[in-house]
Amino acid sequence: MNSILKVSTTLVCVLALSACGDKFGGFGKKPGDVTPSGGIQQGSLDDPTSVAYFQQTIGDRVLFAVDQSSLSPEATAVLDGQANWLNQNTQYNVTVEGHADEQGTREYNLALGARRASAAKNYLVSRGVAENRVNTLTFGKERPLEICSTEACWSKNRRAETAINAGLGS
Amino acid sequence: MKKVLTFLCSALAAVTLISTPVMAQGKPLRIEITDGVIEPLPFAAPVFVAENAAAGTYANDLTKVMASDLIGSGLFREIPNAAHISKITNFNAPVQFADWKAINAQALVTGSVSVTGDKLTIKFRLFDVFAQTPLEGLQFSASVNSWRRMSHKIADAVYSRLTGETGYFDSRVVYIAEDGPKNKRQKRLALMDYDGANTRYLTDASSIVLAPRFSPNARDIIYTSYETGSPRVFLLNVDTLQRRILGDQPSMAFAPRFSPDGSKVVMSLSENGNSDIFVIDVASGRRAQLTNSPAIDTAPSFSPDGSQIVFESDRGGGQQIYVMSATGGSAKRISFGKGRYGTPVWSPRGDMIAFTKLNQGQFHIGVMRTDGSREKLLSRSFLDEGPTWAPNGRVIMFFRETAGANGAPSIYSVDVTGRNLRKVNTPTFGSDPNWSGLLE
Repeated sequence: MNSILKVSTTLVCVLALSACGDKFGGFGKKPGDVTPSGGIQQGSLDDPTSVAYFQQTIGDRVLFAVDQSSLSPEATAVLDGQANWLNQNTQYNVTVEGHADEQGTREYNLALGARRASAAKNYLVSRGVAENRVNTLTFGKERPLEICSTEACWSKNRRAETAINAGLGS
Repeated sequence: MKKVLTFLCSALAAVTLISTPVMAQGKPLRIEITDGVIEPLPFAAPVFVAENAAAGTYANDLTKVMASDLIGSGLFREIPNAAHISKITNFNAPVQFADWKAINAQALVTGSVSVTGDKLTIKFRLFDVFAQTPLEGLQFSASVNSWRRMSHKIADAVYSRLTGETGYFDSRVVYIAEDGPKNKRQKRLALMDYDGANTRYLTDASSIVLAPRFSPNARDIIYTSYETGSPRVFLLNVDTLQRRILGDQPSMAFAPRFSPDGSKVVMSLSENGNSDIFVIDVASGRRAQLTNSPAIDTAPSFSPDGSQIVFESDRGGGQQIYVMSATGGSAKRISFGKGRYGTPVWSPRGDMIAFTKLNQGQFHIGVMRTDGSREKLLSRSFLDEGPTWAPNGRVIMFFRETAGANGAPSIYSVDVTGRNLRKVNTPTFGSDPNWSGLLE
């Protein structure tokens, strides 16, 4: 967690130094604002190369069925978008974070989160994203997005989230 | 754990101090721990005699903690001081057995406490009231700071003498102290006495920490931390708080547990989405792979003789419990009931395996024989998880998380018989308890 936040902060500095500062104008977001997952929340949604565009327009997460790590058609559609974006914005690397809902034991859920992250990563790689640009990480059931204890929340917590990191060349 | 406390465990010449003990008639005083309903044994524990002024509060507190240990086991019932006919004001004076018999105290614990400088000396005796005989007598000394441990030692001696089992009170639990909202939970490694007293935090909340486990001598703790950004298994010394990543971990690592001799640690390493079980030699850091399947293999736990490992795997399609040799190789499935089974832990007695079971949306803590037979469920709730054994294999601790947006975990204990479910009071939310062996 910590090091992702640090990387994110570093990235902001790097971008600012490389005269990308004008991208941070919109939406009242300050450089360095972070999402709960530790990713970066910045840039204009109108700018298709911005991280905000990736997160909100492309979609930075895919969902899974109970105790499953196979990708649904909806998930592969989102991942297709992520792969296209990453193939065009090669300055970025990503970490795919796998998560599970609370309906499982801690250690099994860590392993399940790893499986989910890996499934998403493998798909991105199959769509042309260089393997060394995609890290994986599991959080098991440690970082739910939604906190109720019904399927409405659990279905959103069973996810693989693609967080943008600093790029190769930056 | 500081220096090992030097307990001068010299048996008092108890028998010779008692004037003409009458020999026991009938059965000896004994609690048989069975699956049947147990009527707690009534005992009296008059406040220990303070031999000097400095000993006053210690005498009072020592007696209370000792009695609370015994009551908490569910096997004993205290007869309150108000009902006592005799008062014990001289530790060496003859016991008026008739007075204790009259209030039906089957066992009587007496003690004396003196304090010299920072040294606390305790004597105690246990009597079978109806047989009018002393059963146990001990004297020991330690630093006044260790007074709680001395209470637990006395309770262990009483428990052990009356049940025939070793005790479990002089022990600690390492657990995860949790604070904050459910989606931003902060977790710290914490250490406490088995009864929830003396919590001490071993890490700050800057990284997620999970599932700590003691080394056999309780001086080191192995746990999973996100300190480097991804889950890695760390080894931490309880005294110095120095920590390091243990050995060669090329990828995400979790679910560590020591071998019974403390020389090795088993854990899961997850690479390319696949989790297998590995063993790492603590001294050299060298790693050997024990399972090699595309399934999730995790939560390994050694048998107490170190020859076998019980673990969970979904190689058969769902999460189930398997046993294999400690050197790896073929594994035999032992869980066959309905639902999913995880987090197996071998009992220190070697006779049973505790587990978490998920069935029809409910979680249970359960135990089974090591061949999977005689499954018995001990608890049931929205989320019960992560059993750990008391040093004597008679009690299990686990954590229970409540449902909903404000849901949070607490630590509980329960007898292997399924009786005596109790919440362990911790200063924060608590999860992932791991019980030490009896302290040295």
